[in-house]
Amino acid sequence: MSLIALIPLFPLIGFLINGLGYKKIPKAIVAPVGIGAALLSFITTVLVYFQFKADGQTIIQPLFDWITVGGLNISFAFQIDQLSIIMLFIITGVGTLIHLYSKGYMSHDEGYGKFFAYLNLFLFSMLLLVMGANYLIMFIGWEGVGLCSYLLIGFWNKRSDFGDAARKAFIMNRVGDLGFLIGIFLIIRQFGTLEYLSVFEQAQGLEMGNISIMFITFCLFIGAMGKSAQIPLFTWLPDAMAGPTPVSALIHAATMVTSGIYMVVRSNVLYTLSPDTLEFIAWIGTLTALLAASIALFQNDIKKVLAYSTVSQLGYMFIGLGVMAYTSGFFHVITHAFFKALLFLGAGSVIHAMSDEQDISKMGGLWSKIKITAATFLIGTIAISGLPPFAGFFSKDEILAHVFEHNKAMWALAMVGSFMTAFYMFRLFFLTFTGKFRGTKEQEDHLHESPSSMTIPLIVLAGLSIVGGFIGFPEIFHLPHALADFLSPLYDGSRAVNPEFGLVHLSHSTEWMLMGFSVLLAAVALGVAWFIYVKKETQPADPSQLGGIKKVLADKYYLDEAYQIAFVKPVEKASQFFYSTIDKKAIDRVVEGTGDLTSLLNRLSTKLQTGSTGFYILVMSIAVAAILILNMGTEIADQFFSIFNAQTK
Amino acid sequence: MLIHLIILIPLAGALISLLAGKNNQSLSKNIALLGSLISLVVFIYAAIQHQAGNTELLSLNKPWLPEMNLALKFSVDGISLLLIALSQVLIPLIILSTSKIEYHKSHLLYALILVTQSALVGVFSAKDIFLFYFFFEAALVPAYFIALNWGNKESSKASFKMFIYTIFGSLIMLVALVFLYSKGQTADMDALISTAEFMPSGVQRALFWAFLLAFAIKMPLFPMHTWQPDAYTTSPTPATMLLSGLLSKMGVYGLIRIALPLSPWAAEHYSVIVIGMAVIGLIYGSIIAIKQDSIKRLIAYSSFAHMGLMAAGVFSGNIEGLQGAVFQMLAHGVNAVGLFFVAKIIFERTGSRSLSSLGGLNKTAPALSIFFMIILLGSVALPLTNGFVGEFLMLKGLFEKHQLLGIIAGLSIILGAVYMLRLFQKTMFGESNELTESVEDVSGIEKLTLAIISGLVILMGVFPNVLLKVSEPASEALLNLLAKI
Repeated sequence: MSLIALIPLFPLIGFLINGLGYKKIPKAIVAPVGIGAALLSFITTVLVYFQFKADGQTIIQPLFDWITVGGLNISFAFQIDQLSIIMLFIITGVGTLIHLYSKGYMSHDEGYGKFFAYLNLFLFSMLLLVMGANYLIMFIGWEGVGLCSYLLIGFWNKRSDFGDAARKAFIMNRVGDLGFLIGIFLIIRQFGTLEYLSVFEQAQGLEMGNISIMFITFCLFIGAMGKSAQIPLFTWLPDAMAGPTPVSALIHAATMVTSGIYMVVRSNVLYTLSPDTLEFIAWIGTLTALLAASIALFQNDIKKVLAYSTVSQLGYMFIGLGVMAYTSGFFHVITHAFFKALLFLGAGSVIHAMSDEQDISKMGGLWSKIKITAATFLIGTIAISGLPPFAGFFSKDEILAHVFEHNKAMWALAMVGSFMTAFYMFRLFFLTFTGKFRGTKEQEDHLHESPSSMTIPLIVLAGLSIVGGFIGFPEIFHLPHALADFLSPLYDGSRAVNPEFGLVHLSHSTEWMLMGFSVLLAAVALGVAWFIYVKKETQPADPSQLGGIKKVLADKYYLDEAYQIAFVKPVEKASQFFYSTIDKKAIDRVVEGTGDLTSLLNRLSTKLQTGSTGFYILVMSIAVAAILILNMGTEIADQFFSIFNAQTK
Repeated sequence: MLIHLIILIPLAGALISLLAGKNNQSLSKNIALLGSLISLVVFIYAAIQHQAGNTELLSLNKPWLPEMNLALKFSVDGISLLLIALSQVLIPLIILSTSKIEYHKSHLLYALILVTQSALVGVFSAKDIFLFYFFFEAALVPAYFIALNWGNKESSKASFKMFIYTIFGSLIMLVALVFLYSKGQTADMDALISTAEFMPSGVQRALFWAFLLAFAIKMPLFPMHTWQPDAYTTSPTPATMLLSGLLSKMGVYGLIRIALPLSPWAAEHYSVIVIGMAVIGLIYGSIIAIKQDSIKRLIAYSSFAHMGLMAAGVFSGNIEGLQGAVFQMLAHGVNAVGLFFVAKIIFERTGSRSLSSLGGLNKTAPALSIFFMIILLGSVALPLTNGFVGEFLMLKGLFEKHQLLGIIAGLSIILGAVYMLRLFQKTMFGESNELTESVEDVSGIEKLTLAIISGLVILMGVFPNVLLKVSEPASEALLNLLAKI
């Protein structure tokens, strides 16, 4: 067995140990097994990286033939290349930190072993998603992470609304997955295979704007809308905050939700071939970024703010992809993984200190009480706001520069979203850490910094949030863009089908100007937030007190209610109707009716024997006519069927 | 020459259980288990030999009524082999699943289960149309008697409804078979199939609808399904398991073995109509399942929905659809037995099958909830479980046959998640109540049975090729036959 197969194997073994031994294995062993599995996976990733770097060739590691039917063979195989190796680093690296953090965060929970088992299972699924060498292995991971997300959102399932949130996440993801599945069918139809290498090689021979590629990319993107929480399938992600906070950090911020972006970058040849799909993606990204950022402005739940912020940031990533700046979008995946995991874990540390309080209107002045958490949270806030030289600045600026070149209106909207981002993040920071404490006396007495197993991950992630952006300097800095250089071979296909690919026409002065403008905007947002929440000490309003547009925003544009009316209620009504009316009344009545009919016919047929010859002749002629007419009827029906059949071919 | 042994061993077991195990549940159960397991072992040996090329072991050709040109003719191909395997594996599991409840006249119950096993092997290997018909009818009788003997007033009403429904379908099929026999002067399936393509279209039309009706009732397909939810819900669990896990598969098998090859032109001609009906049933059943309160009725509607997809797969007329349907028969058999077993365990411990009165079981019975989750994942077709392989292939096949119907059928993967997760949430999640707070977790035989079923769910999902390869030549052969039309 090669090293590559070990990467997902470790978490699988960890899952089996903690899963099968649930409640039997002592707590002291659970965490080392869980964390150890993630760490071993990370170490193996490092080793595989060096193996890969030695000759830089894509490695395909087949394990066995999974499904073979007719001419279609889907192998269970892994692929190691530039893209999967970076994803592996994020998943196993950030994953290990979050496993470590969970040791402290979940230490009082009765489901300790179960939690680590689920986390390991998640790692396993996520690793399959990014390591698979074909679309169906990706689909295993795609659905697998959905399952783990379901299990972890519903982790504290005694509360029925948490159970509902879990179910909603799974079902919304399934809607996307159906799109993905149809995309897979179309790929098989077009290329006869699902293996990436073969699909992309064949795709290079196609023309730009090929209609079937457009359908393929569109269907796959429906899958991405579900998994990466884009309009209209994003409402599950804020609800997913019902899960324990490490889950929000790992699954609902750093890794799983970025799989949509991974998928598009993986399939970049196909997307480059379909400018229409890309344009669609860019607009969905823009709208999502704006919508989610506007909702975040008036949320008072610390995790909800971060959740909407995640949706919004994912929108930025898709804007990047949509304007064909695949590297920029992916760059933002990396930096976002650092600072969003940091922010969520920081929020967890705050919640931990506040005795499970999540409402920021009851916090305030925590800076002096939990200094490490506060300082690292500030770093995360600066990073996401796009202030230099922290990580978010580089990746977001790169996206915005490409958007400016592509479409000025889209750029303007993205800037508005960017302003809101800096505002709501600093609002969150100021309300939590500055001013006076607004909680209860018991909470105040209980305030404490988290144990080191929680603060160490915070510090490491804060460090990464500071320097993470340096892997991609803008060209105008005259420093290397290490990420772009590393990823470059991935886009050979895109370059082959579109000669324009990767060319930038912006002048350096424009780029400086754009950069200056976005930094200025973030600084102004910071200032406004400071003025409102620090200088004037404005208290966050109770959502029920809000009016007008603020209320609409705080109530999330009533989208959940709209979905209830548009989908849930009609299906429930149909269910009732089908069962009690069609099944129980219509069909059963007919069945029972045949019984009644038999006895009725019996009574009637005795009456028919009248003895009158004339009556018999009449019946005979009617019968003959009926036979002839019926015969014609079947012919007409046949005509109809043949037309119908012909149409389907 | 082992096929008749495989049929006779369970019968012998039934007889011994009747005679020796009277009023002794554990003895009669052990006899039955032993009988079914010996038959399984003999079958495994024969199947391995068969796959190695020694096809003699699983075939038999003896004159039966020579003056009427009827023969005791059995032989198996890959599809038969897999379905016999399914029966041979599920019957011992069904016997094991009866562990906790004390049944009066238990020897009779086990004898009836074993008779079903024999009959199923017969159905899946008979090569004479009347022999097929005989076993096809014989397989249903035990389930009917189980419902009558161990059910309540409701279940005898429901099983009577089922009996009338299926007898109606079977009689029409019998007319069609007699017609074929009188035309061809033979009851040999292979001989009839080889001449089927020369039959005039009008005759094929009539034959096709006759066959379809019989098999559609058995599966069941929309709108011939209303016996099924009542029968599955009210019957005692062993009967429900036999019906959903095994007897429903006779319908799909009949489509593959009889309806398609014996009226090939009509089967192709009407394929879109049948698929349309099947897809309506799939969506219709799934939607009904969403609001059901009774666990058993919910699983019954889910089962009905799945059967629709299998029919659609068979009629998609391509290798993915057909292979997918064959695989799904196996997966669905395992999962249906598993789900009804879980329903039975919950009922035995809480006295309730109503979702609105349950909840919180994952705290008191964590092992049960894990097994339940695994089987449920198979049922909602999560990749790496057995349900995915079949559904993926069937939907792919259907999508190639008729794009729109394929997409509509695809909606079932969303609806399936809706009703199955609701089932899980309402039983396992939430606060426990007076019914569920002192529930004892599964242990012993129950745990073993659930572990075997869960193991099958995952193994079949990870290594589906082991099974797909067995049926591939038979599926190819059928498609080649149809392609000649």
